[in-house]
Amino acid sequence: MISKLQHKLDAGEFVVTAEVCPPKGSDCAEFLAKAKALQGIADAINVTDNQGANMRISPLAAAALLVREGIEPIFQITCRDRNRMALQSDLLGAAALGVRNVLALTGDHISFGDHRQAKPVFDLDSVQLLGAIAELGRGRDLAGNPLCGAPTFFAGAAAAPEAEPFEATLFKLEKKVAAGARFLQTQAVFDPSRLSAFREAVAPLGVKVIAGILLLKSARMARFITANIPGLRVPDHLVAELESSADPLSAGVEIARRLAREAKPFCDGIHVMAMGREDLIPEIVKAVKST
Amino acid sequence: MIISKQKPLEEILAALEGCTKVFLVGCAKCATVCKSGGEEEVFQMQERLSSSGFEVTGSIVIDEACHMLRAGRDLRGRKEAVEETDALLVMACGAGVQSVAGAAPKKSVAALDTLFLGNIRRFGQFEQKCSLCGECIVSETAGICPVTVCAKGLLNGPCGGMTDGRCETDPDLECAWVLIHERIAAKGVTSRLRKIVPAKDFSRMLKPGKLKVDK
Repeated sequence: MISKLQHKLDAGEFVVTAEVCPPKGSDCAEFLAKAKALQGIADAINVTDNQGANMRISPLAAAALLVREGIEPIFQITCRDRNRMALQSDLLGAAALGVRNVLALTGDHISFGDHRQAKPVFDLDSVQLLGAIAELGRGRDLAGNPLCGAPTFFAGAAAAPEAEPFEATLFKLEKKVAAGARFLQTQAVFDPSRLSAFREAVAPLGVKVIAGILLLKSARMARFITANIPGLRVPDHLVAELESSADPLSAGVEIARRLAREAKPFCDGIHVMAMGREDLIPEIVKAVKST
Repeated sequence: MIISKQKPLEEILAALEGCTKVFLVGCAKCATVCKSGGEEEVFQMQERLSSSGFEVTGSIVIDEACHMLRAGRDLRGRKEAVEETDALLVMACGAGVQSVAGAAPKKSVAALDTLFLGNIRRFGQFEQKCSLCGECIVSETAGICPVTVCAKGLLNGPCGGMTDGRCETDPDLECAWVLIHERIAAKGVTSRLRKIVPAKDFSRMLKPGKLKVDK
Protein backbone atom coordinates (compact mmCIF):
# COMPACT_ATOMS: atom_id res chain seq x y z
CA MET A 1 0.00 0.00 0.00
CA ILE A 2 1.36 3.39 -1.00
CA SER A 3 1.58 6.00 1.74
CA LYS A 4 -0.47 9.17 1.46
CA LEU A 5 2.75 11.14 1.64
CA GLN A 6 4.22 9.29 -1.33
CA HIS A 7 0.97 9.56 -3.21
CA LYS A 8 0.84 13.34 -2.78
CA LEU A 9 4.50 13.86 -3.60
CA ASP A 10 4.25 11.65 -6.67
CA ALA A 11 1.23 13.68 -7.77
CA GLY A 12 3.28 16.86 -7.45
CA GLU A 13 1.22 18.21 -4.57
CA PHE A 14 2.81 20.40 -1.92
CA VAL A 15 3.06 18.45 1.34
CA VAL A 16 3.30 19.39 4.99
CA THR A 17 5.02 17.22 7.55
CA ALA A 18 5.45 18.04 11.21
CA GLU A 19 7.65 16.73 13.94
CA VAL A 20 6.13 15.50 17.17
CA CYS A 21 8.54 14.21 19.75
CA PRO A 22 7.44 11.02 21.51
CA PRO A 23 7.42 11.14 25.31
CA LYS A 24 10.08 10.26 27.81
CA GLY A 25 7.91 7.66 29.48
CA SER A 26 5.16 5.32 28.47
CA ASP A 27 2.24 7.76 28.64
CA CYS A 28 1.55 8.78 25.05
CA ALA A 29 -1.65 10.73 25.69
CA GLU A 30 -0.13 14.17 25.12
CA PHE A 31 1.87 12.93 22.14
CA LEU A 32 -1.27 11.53 20.55
CA ALA A 33 -3.29 14.64 21.32
CA LYS A 34 -0.65 16.81 19.63
CA ALA A 35 -0.56 14.55 16.60
CA LYS A 36 -4.35 14.39 16.37
CA ALA A 37 -4.59 18.17 16.48
CA LEU A 38 -2.52 18.23 13.30
CA GLN A 39 -4.89 16.02 11.30
CA GLY A 40 -5.86 17.86 8.17
CA ILE A 41 -2.87 20.18 8.63
CA ALA A 42 0.05 17.79 8.26
CA ASP A 43 0.13 14.97 5.73
CA ALA A 44 2.45 12.95 7.92
CA ILE A 45 3.96 13.19 11.40
CA ASN A 46 7.66 12.63 11.95
CA VAL A 47 8.27 10.53 15.03
CA THR A 48 11.78 11.26 16.28
CA ASP A 49 14.18 8.56 17.41
CA ASN A 50 15.80 9.35 20.75
CA GLN A 51 16.14 12.91 19.51
CA GLY A 52 19.36 14.67 20.38
CA ALA A 53 20.55 11.34 21.82
CA ASN A 54 18.05 11.69 24.68
CA MET A 55 16.38 8.41 25.59
CA ARG A 56 12.63 8.36 24.92
CA ILE A 57 9.95 5.85 24.05
CA SER A 58 10.69 3.79 20.95
CA PRO A 59 9.66 5.68 17.80
CA LEU A 60 8.44 2.36 16.44
CA ALA A 61 5.89 2.09 19.25
CA ALA A 62 4.91 5.76 18.91
CA ALA A 63 4.57 5.43 15.13
CA ALA A 64 2.41 2.34 15.53
CA LEU A 65 0.14 4.24 17.93
CA LEU A 66 -0.30 6.91 15.26
CA VAL A 67 -1.19 4.29 12.66
CA ARG A 68 -3.82 2.97 15.06
CA GLU A 69 -5.30 6.47 15.24
CA GLY A 70 -5.38 6.77 11.47
CA ILE A 71 -2.50 9.25 11.43
CA GLU A 72 0.33 8.65 9.00
CA PRO A 73 3.74 8.58 10.65
CA ILE A 74 7.24 9.03 9.27
CA PHE A 75 9.24 6.63 11.38
CA GLN A 76 12.65 8.18 12.05
CA ILE A 77 15.28 5.52 12.57
CA THR A 78 18.88 6.27 13.47
CA CYS A 79 22.03 4.18 13.32
CA ARG A 80 23.22 5.41 16.70
CA ASP A 81 21.42 2.94 18.94
CA ARG A 82 20.97 -0.20 16.86
CA ASN A 83 23.23 -2.54 14.94
CA ARG A 84 22.20 -3.87 11.54
CA MET A 85 20.20 -6.72 13.07
CA ALA A 86 18.16 -4.43 15.31
CA LEU A 87 17.64 -1.94 12.46
CA GLN A 88 16.31 -4.60 10.13
CA SER A 89 14.15 -6.21 12.76
CA ASP A 90 12.64 -2.84 13.77
CA LEU A 91 11.97 -2.07 10.11
CA LEU A 92 10.15 -5.37 9.66
CA GLY A 93 8.22 -4.67 12.83
CA ALA A 94 7.29 -1.22 11.57
CA ALA A 95 6.05 -2.65 8.29
CA ALA A 96 3.96 -5.25 10.10
CA LEU A 97 2.40 -2.48 12.21
CA GLY A 98 1.43 -0.48 9.14
CA VAL A 99 4.22 2.10 9.07
CA ARG A 100 4.98 3.09 5.48
CA ASN A 101 7.29 6.10 5.64
CA VAL A 102 10.81 5.85 7.04
CA LEU A 103 13.40 8.56 7.51
CA ALA A 104 16.85 6.94 7.63
CA LEU A 105 19.28 8.91 9.77
CA THR A 106 22.77 8.60 11.17
CA GLY A 107 21.73 10.09 14.51
CA ASP A 108 23.24 12.75 16.75
CA HIS A 109 26.26 11.58 18.66
CA ILE A 110 25.73 10.01 22.08
CA SER A 111 27.80 12.78 23.64
CA PHE A 112 24.93 15.30 23.15
CA GLY A 113 22.31 13.45 25.10
CA ASP A 114 21.32 12.20 28.51
CA HIS A 115 23.09 8.83 28.33
CA ARG A 116 26.60 9.99 27.57
CA GLN A 117 28.21 6.82 28.90
CA ALA A 118 26.31 4.61 26.47
CA LYS A 119 28.09 2.85 23.64
CA PRO A 120 27.48 4.54 20.28
CA VAL A 121 26.64 1.86 17.71
CA PHE A 122 26.89 3.24 14.14
CA ASP A 123 27.20 -0.28 12.76
CA LEU A 124 25.65 1.09 9.55
CA ASP A 125 25.61 4.65 8.29
CA SER A 126 22.55 6.33 6.76
CA VAL A 127 23.50 5.33 3.20
CA GLN A 128 23.89 1.71 4.21
CA LEU A 129 20.64 1.88 6.18
CA LEU A 130 18.83 3.10 3.06
CA GLY A 131 20.43 0.18 1.25
CA ALA A 132 19.11 -2.16 3.92
CA ILE A 133 15.59 -0.74 3.55
CA ALA A 134 15.78 -1.31 -0.21
CA GLU A 135 17.14 -4.81 0.27
CA LEU A 136 14.32 -5.73 2.67
CA GLY A 137 11.93 -4.40 0.06
CA ARG A 138 13.44 -6.84 -2.44
CA GLY A 139 12.64 -9.64 -0.02
CA ARG A 140 16.10 -10.26 1.37
CA ASP A 141 17.94 -9.27 4.52
CA LEU A 142 21.49 -7.89 4.58
CA ALA A 143 22.89 -11.40 4.92
CA GLY A 144 21.05 -12.45 1.75
CA ASN A 145 18.43 -14.56 3.49
CA PRO A 146 14.93 -14.61 2.00
CA LEU A 147 12.15 -12.88 3.94
CA CYS A 148 8.66 -14.10 4.58
CA GLY A 149 6.92 -10.92 3.48
CA ALA A 150 8.89 -8.00 2.05
CA PRO A 151 8.13 -4.55 3.49
CA THR A 152 7.32 -1.68 1.15
CA PHE A 153 8.66 1.56 2.52
CA PHE A 154 8.70 5.09 1.23
CA ALA A 155 12.21 5.94 2.37
CA GLY A 156 13.66 9.36 2.95
CA ALA A 157 16.86 10.88 4.20
CA ALA A 158 18.06 14.05 5.85
CA ALA A 159 19.88 16.91 4.15
CA ALA A 160 21.53 20.10 5.35
CA PRO A 161 21.16 22.82 2.68
CA GLU A 162 23.09 25.37 4.72
CA ALA A 163 26.00 23.10 5.62
CA GLU A 164 29.46 24.42 4.84
CA PRO A 165 31.38 23.27 2.87
CA PHE A 166 28.31 22.13 0.94
CA GLU A 167 30.26 20.27 -1.79
CA ALA A 168 31.57 17.92 0.88
CA THR A 169 27.99 16.89 1.67
CA LEU A 170 26.66 16.62 -1.88
CA PHE A 171 28.33 13.34 -2.80
CA LYS A 172 26.74 11.70 0.22
CA LEU A 173 23.30 13.00 -0.78
CA GLU A 174 23.85 11.47 -4.20
CA LYS A 175 24.60 8.16 -2.52
CA LYS A 176 21.53 8.45 -0.30
CA VAL A 177 19.34 8.83 -3.36
CA ALA A 178 21.17 6.06 -5.21
CA ALA A 179 20.62 3.82 -2.19
CA GLY A 180 16.88 4.45 -2.23
CA ALA A 181 15.97 7.80 -0.65
CA ARG A 182 12.89 9.16 -2.44
CA PHE A 183 12.53 12.32 -0.39
CA LEU A 184 14.82 14.57 1.60
CA GLN A 185 13.69 16.32 4.75
CA THR A 186 16.07 19.16 5.33
CA GLN A 187 17.56 20.64 8.43
CA ALA A 188 15.95 23.94 9.38
CA VAL A 189 16.32 26.50 6.61
CA PHE A 190 17.02 30.09 7.63
CA ASP A 191 18.20 31.48 4.32
CA PRO A 192 15.85 30.70 1.39
CA SER A 193 18.56 31.62 -1.14
CA ARG A 194 20.57 28.68 0.22
CA LEU A 195 17.55 26.43 -0.26
CA SER A 196 17.29 27.66 -3.83
CA ALA A 197 20.93 26.74 -4.47
CA PHE A 198 20.38 23.41 -2.75
CA ARG A 199 17.35 22.69 -4.88
CA GLU A 200 19.42 23.32 -7.97
CA ALA A 201 22.22 21.08 -6.76
CA VAL A 202 19.94 18.12 -6.04
CA ALA A 203 17.61 18.63 -9.04
CA PRO A 204 19.50 16.07 -11.18
CA LEU A 205 18.86 13.44 -8.49
CA GLY A 206 15.09 13.51 -8.98
CA VAL A 207 14.39 13.48 -5.26
CA LYS A 208 11.59 15.33 -3.47
CA VAL A 209 12.70 18.10 -1.14
CA ILE A 210 10.78 18.88 2.03
CA ALA A 211 12.21 22.03 3.58
CA GLY A 212 12.70 22.23 7.34
CA ILE A 213 10.98 25.14 9.08
CA LEU A 214 11.88 25.63 12.72
CA LEU A 215 9.81 27.66 15.13
CA LEU A 216 12.18 29.94 17.04
CA LYS A 217 10.44 30.65 20.33
CA SER A 218 12.85 33.26 21.67
CA ALA A 219 16.29 34.76 21.16
CA ARG A 220 17.54 32.62 24.02
CA MET A 221 16.32 29.45 22.33
CA ALA A 222 17.85 30.56 19.02
CA ARG A 223 21.22 30.99 20.73
CA PHE A 224 20.85 27.67 22.49
CA ILE A 225 20.18 25.96 19.17
CA THR A 226 23.21 27.53 17.56
CA ALA A 227 25.39 26.43 20.45
CA ASN A 228 23.97 22.96 21.08
CA ILE A 229 22.17 21.45 18.11
CA PRO A 230 24.50 19.73 15.64
CA GLY A 231 24.51 21.36 12.22
CA LEU A 232 22.15 24.22 13.10
CA ARG A 233 23.00 27.88 13.19
CA VAL A 234 20.46 30.66 13.55
CA PRO A 235 21.62 33.79 11.73
CA ASP A 236 22.24 36.90 13.84
CA HIS A 237 19.57 38.97 12.10
CA LEU A 238 16.88 36.50 13.17
CA VAL A 239 18.18 36.46 16.74
CA ALA A 240 18.06 40.27 16.71
CA GLU A 241 14.52 40.21 15.34
CA LEU A 242 13.42 37.95 18.18
CA GLU A 243 15.29 40.01 20.75
CA SER A 244 13.79 43.32 19.71
CA SER A 245 10.24 41.98 19.77
CA ALA A 246 7.91 42.59 22.71
CA ASP A 247 6.29 39.22 21.95
CA PRO A 248 9.11 36.89 20.85
CA LEU A 249 6.86 33.88 20.35
CA SER A 250 4.65 35.76 17.86
CA ALA A 251 7.78 37.08 16.21
CA GLY A 252 9.02 33.50 15.95
CA VAL A 253 5.77 32.37 14.36
CA GLU A 254 6.00 35.27 11.94
CA ILE A 255 9.61 34.34 11.05
CA ALA A 256 8.55 30.72 10.48
CA ARG A 257 5.64 31.84 8.29
CA ARG A 258 7.92 34.10 6.28
CA LEU A 259 10.57 31.39 5.83
CA ALA A 260 7.91 28.86 4.82
CA ARG A 261 6.51 31.28 2.23
CA GLU A 262 9.96 32.10 0.87
CA ALA A 263 10.96 28.43 0.82
CA LYS A 264 7.86 27.26 -1.03
CA PRO A 265 9.08 27.93 -4.59
CA PHE A 266 12.18 25.83 -3.95
CA CYS A 267 10.68 22.71 -2.40
CA ASP A 268 7.99 20.06 -2.63
CA GLY A 269 6.77 20.57 0.89
CA ILE A 270 7.67 21.87 4.30
CA HIS A 271 8.58 20.06 7.46
CA VAL A 272 7.65 22.03 10.58
CA MET A 273 9.57 21.57 13.80
CA ALA A 274 7.79 23.47 16.55
CA MET A 275 9.84 22.26 19.51
CA GLY A 276 6.94 21.59 21.86
CA ARG A 277 4.60 24.28 20.49
CA GLU A 278 2.87 22.01 18.00
CA ASP A 279 -0.31 24.01 18.68
CA LEU A 280 1.23 26.82 16.60
CA ILE A 281 1.88 24.64 13.56
CA PRO A 282 -1.51 25.35 11.91
CA GLU A 283 -0.74 29.07 12.07
CA ILE A 284 2.64 28.52 10.39
CA VAL A 285 1.23 26.19 7.76
CA LYS A 286 -1.45 28.70 6.77
CA ALA A 287 1.33 30.80 5.27
CA VAL A 288 1.90 28.22 2.54
CA LYS A 289 -1.67 27.04 2.15
CA SER A 290 -3.03 30.46 1.35
CA THR A 291 -0.62 31.29 -1.45
CA MET B 1 52.08 2.91 20.06
CA ILE B 2 49.69 2.19 22.91
CA ILE B 3 48.72 5.39 24.67
CA SER B 4 48.13 5.24 28.38
CA LYS B 5 47.84 7.59 31.30
CA GLN B 6 48.13 7.16 35.02
CA LYS B 7 45.01 6.69 37.08
CA PRO B 8 44.46 9.26 39.82
CA LEU B 9 46.47 8.37 42.93
CA GLU B 10 43.32 7.96 45.05
CA GLU B 11 42.10 5.25 42.70
CA ILE B 12 45.44 3.46 42.85
CA LEU B 13 45.50 3.69 46.66
CA ALA B 14 41.93 2.37 46.82
CA ALA B 15 42.89 -0.60 44.66
CA LEU B 16 45.83 -1.31 46.96
CA GLU B 17 43.69 -1.28 50.08
CA GLY B 18 44.64 -4.04 52.48
CA CYS B 19 48.18 -4.27 51.07
CA THR B 20 51.24 -2.96 52.86
CA LYS B 21 54.03 -4.19 50.59
CA VAL B 22 54.03 -3.28 46.91
CA PHE B 23 56.33 -4.19 44.01
CA LEU B 24 56.31 -1.81 41.05
CA VAL B 25 56.42 -2.85 37.41
CA GLY B 26 56.97 -0.34 34.61
CA CYS B 27 57.35 -0.76 30.86
CA ALA B 28 60.28 0.46 28.78
CA LYS B 29 58.24 0.87 25.61
CA CYS B 30 54.93 2.70 25.15
CA ALA B 31 54.34 3.62 28.80
CA THR B 32 57.81 5.18 28.90
CA VAL B 33 57.08 7.37 25.87
CA CYS B 34 53.68 8.32 27.32
CA LYS B 35 55.42 9.20 30.59
CA SER B 36 52.98 7.00 32.43
CA GLY B 37 55.13 4.01 33.37
CA GLY B 38 58.82 4.51 32.56
CA GLU B 39 61.81 4.63 34.95
CA GLU B 40 61.00 8.15 36.01
CA GLU B 41 57.32 7.52 36.75
CA VAL B 42 58.11 4.27 38.57
CA PHE B 43 60.50 6.23 40.78
CA GLN B 44 57.91 8.94 41.43
CA MET B 45 55.31 6.29 42.25
CA GLN B 46 57.72 4.70 44.72
CA GLU B 47 58.04 8.06 46.48
CA ARG B 48 54.29 8.64 46.54
CA LEU B 49 53.52 5.16 47.85
CA SER B 50 56.22 5.40 50.49
CA SER B 51 54.85 8.69 51.73
CA SER B 52 51.37 7.08 51.79
CA GLY B 53 52.70 4.43 54.17
CA PHE B 54 53.44 1.56 51.80
CA GLU B 55 56.62 -0.45 51.80
CA VAL B 56 57.94 -0.77 48.26
CA THR B 57 59.79 -4.09 48.08
CA GLY B 58 61.34 -3.31 44.72
CA SER B 59 60.70 -2.27 41.15
CA ILE B 60 61.46 -3.29 37.61
CA VAL B 61 60.95 -1.78 34.18
CA ILE B 62 60.27 -4.59 31.72
CA ASP B 63 61.26 -4.24 28.08
CA GLU B 64 58.35 -4.66 27.05
CA ALA B 65 55.63 -5.65 29.51
CA CYS B 66 53.29 -7.09 26.85
CA HIS B 67 55.92 -9.74 26.04
CA MET B 68 54.60 -12.55 28.20
CA LEU B 69 57.74 -14.69 28.32
CA ARG B 70 59.97 -11.72 28.99
CA ALA B 71 57.70 -10.45 31.75
CA GLY B 72 57.82 -13.88 33.38
CA ARG B 73 61.59 -14.11 33.06
CA ASP B 74 62.19 -10.62 34.43
CA LEU B 75 59.90 -11.18 37.39
CA ARG B 76 61.62 -14.51 38.19
CA GLY B 77 64.86 -12.54 38.27
CA ARG B 78 63.37 -10.49 41.12
CA LYS B 79 61.87 -13.52 42.84
CA GLU B 80 62.50 -12.49 46.44
CA ALA B 81 61.12 -8.99 46.14
CA VAL B 82 58.10 -10.30 44.25
CA GLU B 83 57.45 -13.08 46.75
CA GLU B 84 57.45 -10.87 49.81
CA THR B 85 55.08 -8.30 48.28
CA ASP B 86 51.30 -8.14 48.74
CA ALA B 87 50.66 -6.68 45.31
CA LEU B 88 52.28 -5.83 42.00
CA LEU B 89 51.42 -2.35 40.85
CA VAL B 90 51.76 -2.46 37.09
CA MET B 91 52.47 0.80 35.29
CA ALA B 92 51.93 -0.56 31.79
CA CYS B 93 49.01 -0.85 29.37
CA GLY B 94 46.26 -3.39 29.95
CA ALA B 95 48.21 -5.91 27.90
CA GLY B 96 51.23 -5.43 30.15
CA VAL B 97 49.18 -5.79 33.31
CA GLN B 98 47.90 -9.13 32.06
CA SER B 99 51.37 -10.42 31.18
CA VAL B 100 52.44 -9.62 34.72
CA ALA B 101 49.28 -11.05 36.28
CA GLY B 102 49.85 -14.25 34.33
CA ALA B 103 53.48 -14.49 35.36
CA ALA B 104 53.23 -13.91 39.11
CA PRO B 105 50.69 -15.48 41.49
CA LYS B 106 50.13 -12.15 43.24
CA LYS B 107 47.47 -9.52 43.23
CA SER B 108 48.14 -7.33 40.19
CA VAL B 109 46.89 -3.76 40.24
CA ALA B 110 46.62 -1.61 37.11
CA ALA B 111 48.09 1.84 37.66
CA LEU B 112 47.26 3.10 34.17
CA ASP B 113 44.24 3.52 31.96
CA THR B 114 44.92 2.33 28.42
CA LEU B 115 43.47 4.76 25.91
CA PHE B 116 44.19 4.02 22.26
CA LEU B 117 46.66 3.11 19.56
CA GLY B 118 48.15 6.52 18.95
CA ASN B 119 50.32 8.50 16.63
CA ILE B 120 52.78 10.94 18.16
CA ARG B 121 52.13 14.53 17.15
CA ARG B 122 54.97 15.85 19.26
CA PHE B 123 56.45 14.95 22.62
CA GLY B 124 53.59 14.22 24.99
CA GLN B 125 50.87 14.77 22.39
CA PHE B 126 49.14 11.75 20.91
CA GLU B 127 46.31 11.29 18.44
CA GLN B 128 44.28 8.27 17.46
CA LYS B 129 44.41 7.57 13.73
CA CYS B 130 43.74 3.84 13.66
CA SER B 131 41.23 1.73 15.57
CA LEU B 132 42.64 -1.69 14.68
CA CYS B 133 39.52 -2.65 12.73
CA GLY B 134 41.10 -5.56 10.93
CA GLU B 135 40.34 -4.35 7.41
CA CYS B 136 42.28 -1.29 6.33
CA ILE B 137 40.48 1.03 3.91
CA VAL B 138 42.72 4.12 4.02
CA SER B 139 43.95 3.54 0.47
CA GLU B 140 40.35 4.28 -0.58
CA THR B 141 39.99 7.36 1.61
CA ALA B 142 43.01 9.45 0.71
CA GLY B 143 45.05 8.20 3.65
CA ILE B 144 42.57 9.33 6.32
CA CYS B 145 40.74 6.67 8.30
CA PRO B 146 37.04 7.53 8.67
CA VAL B 147 36.52 4.52 10.92
CA THR B 148 38.65 6.30 13.50
CA VAL B 149 38.84 9.99 12.67
CA CYS B 150 35.06 10.30 12.15
CA ALA B 151 33.49 10.18 15.62
CA LYS B 152 30.73 7.97 14.22
CA GLY B 153 32.98 5.87 12.00
CA LEU B 154 30.86 6.70 8.93
CA LEU B 155 31.97 5.15 5.66
CA ASN B 156 29.97 7.09 3.07
CA GLY B 157 30.46 10.75 3.90
CA PRO B 158 29.88 13.37 6.56
CA CYS B 159 26.88 13.43 8.88
CA GLY B 160 24.48 16.32 9.31
CA GLY B 161 26.34 17.56 12.36
CA MET B 162 29.30 18.85 10.35
CA THR B 163 29.55 22.63 10.71
CA ASP B 164 32.13 24.71 8.86
CA GLY B 165 34.17 21.59 8.29
CA ARG B 166 34.21 20.74 12.00
CA CYS B 167 32.89 17.73 13.90
CA GLU B 168 29.70 17.99 15.94
CA THR B 169 31.41 16.27 18.85
CA ASP B 170 34.32 18.68 19.10
CA PRO B 171 34.66 22.07 17.40
CA ASP B 172 38.44 21.66 17.49
CA LEU B 173 38.19 18.50 15.43
CA GLU B 174 38.15 18.71 11.65
CA CYS B 175 35.47 16.57 9.99
CA ALA B 176 37.23 13.50 8.62
CA TRP B 177 34.96 13.46 5.56
CA VAL B 178 35.58 17.10 4.73
CA LEU B 179 39.31 16.32 4.83
CA ILE B 180 38.87 13.21 2.70
CA HIS B 181 36.69 15.11 0.23
CA GLU B 182 39.24 17.91 0.02
CA ARG B 183 42.11 15.55 -0.72
CA ILE B 184 40.21 13.49 -3.27
CA ALA B 185 38.69 16.54 -4.97
CA ALA B 186 42.17 18.10 -5.21
CA LYS B 187 43.23 15.09 -7.25
CA GLY B 188 40.15 15.48 -9.45
CA VAL B 189 38.87 11.92 -9.05
CA THR B 190 35.59 12.46 -7.22
CA SER B 191 33.98 9.40 -8.81
CA ARG B 192 35.53 7.41 -5.98
CA LEU B 193 33.49 9.43 -3.48
CA ARG B 194 30.27 8.47 -5.24
CA LYS B 195 30.83 4.76 -4.80
CA ILE B 196 28.61 3.39 -2.04
CA VAL B 197 30.77 1.72 0.57
CA PRO B 198 29.02 -1.39 1.89
CA ALA B 199 28.54 -2.12 5.57
CA LYS B 200 31.74 -2.91 7.40
CA ASP B 201 32.64 -6.49 8.18
CA PHE B 202 32.95 -6.43 11.95
CA SER B 203 33.76 -10.12 12.05
CA ARG B 204 37.27 -8.98 11.15
CA MET B 205 37.62 -7.47 14.59
CA LEU B 206 36.06 -10.12 16.77
CA LYS B 207 37.44 -10.25 20.29
CA PRO B 208 39.76 -11.63 21.49
CA GLY B 209 42.11 -11.11 18.56
CA LYS B 210 44.56 -13.88 17.78
CA LEU B 211 47.24 -14.27 15.13
CA LYS B 212 49.78 -17.01 14.48
CA VAL B 213 52.27 -16.07 11.81
CA ASP B 214 53.03 -18.98 9.48
CA LYS B 215 56.74 -19.64 9.35
